[in-house]
Amino acid sequence: MQDEHPPVPAGAALRRRDLLKATIATGSAAATAPLLTAPVPAEAKDAPVSAAPVRVSLRVNGTDHSLTLDPRTTLLDALREHLHLTGSKKGCGLGQCGACTVLMDGKRFKSCLSLAALSEGREITTIEGLANGDKLHPLQAAFIERDAFQCGYCTSGQIMAGVACIAEGHAGSAQEIREWMSGNICRCGAYDHIVAAIQDTARAGGQGG
Amino acid sequence: MHPFKLERPRDLAAALAMQAQAGRTDAAAEYIAGGTDMVQLLQENVRRPDRLVSLAGLLDRRIDVTAEGLRLGAAATMADAAAHPAVVSQFPVIAEALLNSASPQVRNQATMSGNVLQRTRCPYFRDTGYAACNKRTPGSGCAAIGGENRWHAVLGGSEHCIAAHASDLAVALVALDALVHIRSARGERTVPLAVLHRLPGSTPNIETELLPGEVIAAITVPANPVARRSHYLKVRDRASFEFALVSAAVALELRQDGRIAQARVAAGGVGTRPWRLPEVEAALAGSALDRESLNKAASIAARGAQGRGHNDFKIELLQRVIVRAAEAAGARA
Repeated sequence: MQDEHPPVPAGAALRRRDLLKATIATGSAAATAPLLTAPVPAEAKDAPVSAAPVRVSLRVNGTDHSLTLDPRTTLLDALREHLHLTGSKKGCGLGQCGACTVLMDGKRFKSCLSLAALSEGREITTIEGLANGDKLHPLQAAFIERDAFQCGYCTSGQIMAGVACIAEGHAGSAQEIREWMSGNICRCGAYDHIVAAIQDTARAGGQGG
Repeated sequence: MHPFKLERPRDLAAALAMQAQAGRTDAAAEYIAGGTDMVQLLQENVRRPDRLVSLAGLLDRRIDVTAEGLRLGAAATMADAAAHPAVVSQFPVIAEALLNSASPQVRNQATMSGNVLQRTRCPYFRDTGYAACNKRTPGSGCAAIGGENRWHAVLGGSEHCIAAHASDLAVALVALDALVHIRSARGERTVPLAVLHRLPGSTPNIETELLPGEVIAAITVPANPVARRSHYLKVRDRASFEFALVSAAVALELRQDGRIAQARVAAGGVGTRPWRLPEVEAALAGSALDRESLNKAASIAARGAQGRGHNDFKIELLQRVIVRAAEAAGARA
């Protein structure tokens, strides 16, 4: 499905993501050149014949977006594929890993378990909306300070969940943090450092988003 | 994901008129509320409805505790119910069952009605790569019987299905005689939660008593002196964010002399539906709150249990979990 954002104009700086999409679509980097002027929507080949598109208004990081989406589009796919906010990650797509965690009206949700069309009217905050300009959110800074990641794939979800965990008042003891962060899996096993970063931020009075 | 038409009705009457039905894989239309289970089922092609009818914003999300008892609006979230001060203080078994379920993110989204209607975690039901699943495809067989069945039920199964019911909340609610208030265009009817879910028998594909066009509007728990001294104990493969191997909800009213006046006991992870244990309750009534008496009463829970190989351990574990849950409930001030 096409959203209503203008396509990337010819000659615009090529984004890594578009190249990846084109490469995946053709299976060959050498064959991507003709595609560069007309990026192929990632899910176009799966477009259903019988599912009527739906108009969806999403408010993300303070900005309103009007989209026309396949009703099957999850909030995560709307963020990543249509709004190009790729900070929220798709790990399992089934609510098990937490890499897609975003805030809705200040509370944490798994964006892969929400249909975009049923997320209207919510104030959605992604990792891209967490920093204040160039000033990192205290928990983002603490993740760097505490070296709370290795590969980084789960990190945006960990940070969004951690911001909510602190705001909820569930960031006291390490044991409490582990229980209340159990919806976010880190396969590198950086848990000790993640807990330390959340604890540091909570103790310093770091505000949740 | 199979294509579907998404309906976003403006009011509940319009949603009910769309005649969606929960708990069947052959329903042409299904309702979606919080969506945490439905989206998984859609993603894995277990559910392929032609129409998906959203209940977002159409159902009551209030939680009320009055002299008559507890009322949970259908759309109340797991997180809100678990954190409600009167639920925590007067119905601790419910708050504990909720906090031991899913993850904080899911609990912010999932609803009371959706939780009790969630589909089984039987891996053969959830994986369409397996052809045999009578619950998903009637008449196709049961891959769990004779297959990997460590997670499956030892109570209430049939030769057609041994899938365990997955809800912790429903176990706590069924122990406390919860009632389900069902709304349709014809009005409202009330059924005990204990009979909302059907035993699999020869039709495991029909999971509940809900008819097309019926939704759960609210769940109520009548006031009962047992509710306050209650506990939910859940044993699972990892410490958090995991479904139960075996769980028990126990609620006790104690006499002046410390013996048990009345008890409520239900178990999870072991039954094909939330499993109330009235014979254990009868044995506990009048009993002392010591290990020997509790062991004796809990042994009744295993009557009629049938292991299928990998899940044989649940029969012993069930008894131990009931004893420990009863001890924890009894120790509650």
